[in-house]
Amino acid sequence: MADIPSDRLAAMDGARPRPGLSKRTVKSLLTVGSIAAFFALWLLGTWALGPRLLPDPLAVLQFMVAETRSGELPYHLGATLARVVAAFVLAMSIGTAIGLLMGRSKLADTILEPWLIFLLNAPALIVIVLAYIWIGLTESAAILAVAINKIPNVTVTIREGARALDPSYQEMARVYRFSRTKVLRDVVLPQLQPFIAAAARSGIALIWKIVLVVELLGRSNGVGFQIHLYFQMFDVKAILGYTLAFVIVMLLVEFLAVQPLEARANRWRPKPA
Amino acid sequence: MSDAFAIEIAAKTHFDSDGRPVPVLRDLSMEMKVGAFTCIVGPSGCGKTTTMRILAGLEAEFTGTIDRRLSTARISYAFQEPRLLPWRTVAQNVALALGDAKPQSSLVSEALTDVGLVGLGERYPAQLSLGQARRVSLARAFAVEPDVLFLDEPFVSLDEAGAQRLRALLLDLWQRHGATVLMVTHNVREAVQLADQIVLFTERPAKVADVIDVKLPRTERDEVRISEFARKLAGRYPDLIAA
Repeated sequence: MADIPSDRLAAMDGARPRPGLSKRTVKSLLTVGSIAAFFALWLLGTWALGPRLLPDPLAVLQFMVAETRSGELPYHLGATLARVVAAFVLAMSIGTAIGLLMGRSKLADTILEPWLIFLLNAPALIVIVLAYIWIGLTESAAILAVAINKIPNVTVTIREGARALDPSYQEMARVYRFSRTKVLRDVVLPQLQPFIAAAARSGIALIWKIVLVVELLGRSNGVGFQIHLYFQMFDVKAILGYTLAFVIVMLLVEFLAVQPLEARANRWRPKPA
Repeated sequence: MSDAFAIEIAAKTHFDSDGRPVPVLRDLSMEMKVGAFTCIVGPSGCGKTTTMRILAGLEAEFTGTIDRRLSTARISYAFQEPRLLPWRTVAQNVALALGDAKPQSSLVSEALTDVGLVGLGERYPAQLSLGQARRVSLARAFAVEPDVLFLDEPFVSLDEAGAQRLRALLLDLWQRHGATVLMVTHNVREAVQLADQIVLFTERPAKVADVIDVKLPRTERDEVRISEFARKLAGRYPDLIAA
């Protein structure tokens, strides 16, 4: 029978294999090993190309420490991060809203489709240059240019999610007269969550790359500006230092924010045995 | 006789995958007595669920007239599958159906206690058996204190003992809360056991073949009497009712 007494259910809970300590240890060992392999390859490259073209990791680390002491690195890193966050929030909210609209309304989809294709294929460089020309060399022009580059990608992903919404939940919400807020918060967004997560993941990666270009072309601070400066001085050590610093920040964001948030959002899913 | 919701559906048409019209209901005329338990019985695929969806306001495209009071009545709908939101806990699923103004937590735990699910409020639907999920669906349906309760084969895919327990639970909840109930089933015995009135549908395009009052008091509806009643009915309509 489908009705199982709760004490038996509790016993089944206990029997379900949980991700044990050993499994987790194996996973973190693999992660550490993978990172170690990266540095080994780097060292190999230094040996092959010479320290001027590819300084070894220790030299880069020393540069990062010195640059942090002087306050240069935190300042430029902070400027870049602020732009990434602003552009990310802007692109995700506008992209999600348009994606939902296009996924749910045939009319909106038909009207906006050419715009979407146009923006999807507009080269980032052109959007940035035009934004600087039309708006001026300002912070808002920079952030807007980055966001415009990302919005169509978010829209395409969220539109797929909106098309896949299960109508049976919508019907249930209608029968029980859910308010608009409830429908969005409790019915629609949880179904979109995997799509939002996918858009956010690829979004952060794309946005920080474009932010560097924006900084290189029209800002006087940020990681992109610094890399441009050190490129002119042919200082590979500094270029790698700034890059590595940013990658470390993004890894921290991934492990300390994105993954715990995802685990929380997915806790209702039955765990695979 | 007492007050009743009048239902007149002139025509309801589905479209198949090639866009060809398929008539589902034609000249269907029935009524649901207020406060009574009505069962729709008929061959599978004849349009029972479609009729109920029209009454619940889930299908707008049809010709005919439905009692206006149905559109303003507080309704509940227990779907064939429990339709709980898998990302919300059992308690949240019940609470969401309640309005925003009411003091919810006591109502929710009361509703879960009523269906015998004390202490399972914090579980997610994936952690429930089908029988338990059906109970939550019933708890949600009664928690909103509906004027009209729609039940679409709420006991299919349960084994007979489990289904029987849920039927007893349903009768108990209905007698305490009171509501006009419309239930769709293809199980005649189930209809005889639960209903005040059975509305028998024809093959598609469906209309009403007969309306049968079940006058037997519920306390006297035992195994033997139910079987006899069902057998007689099947004898009279061998094409519509599987024996």
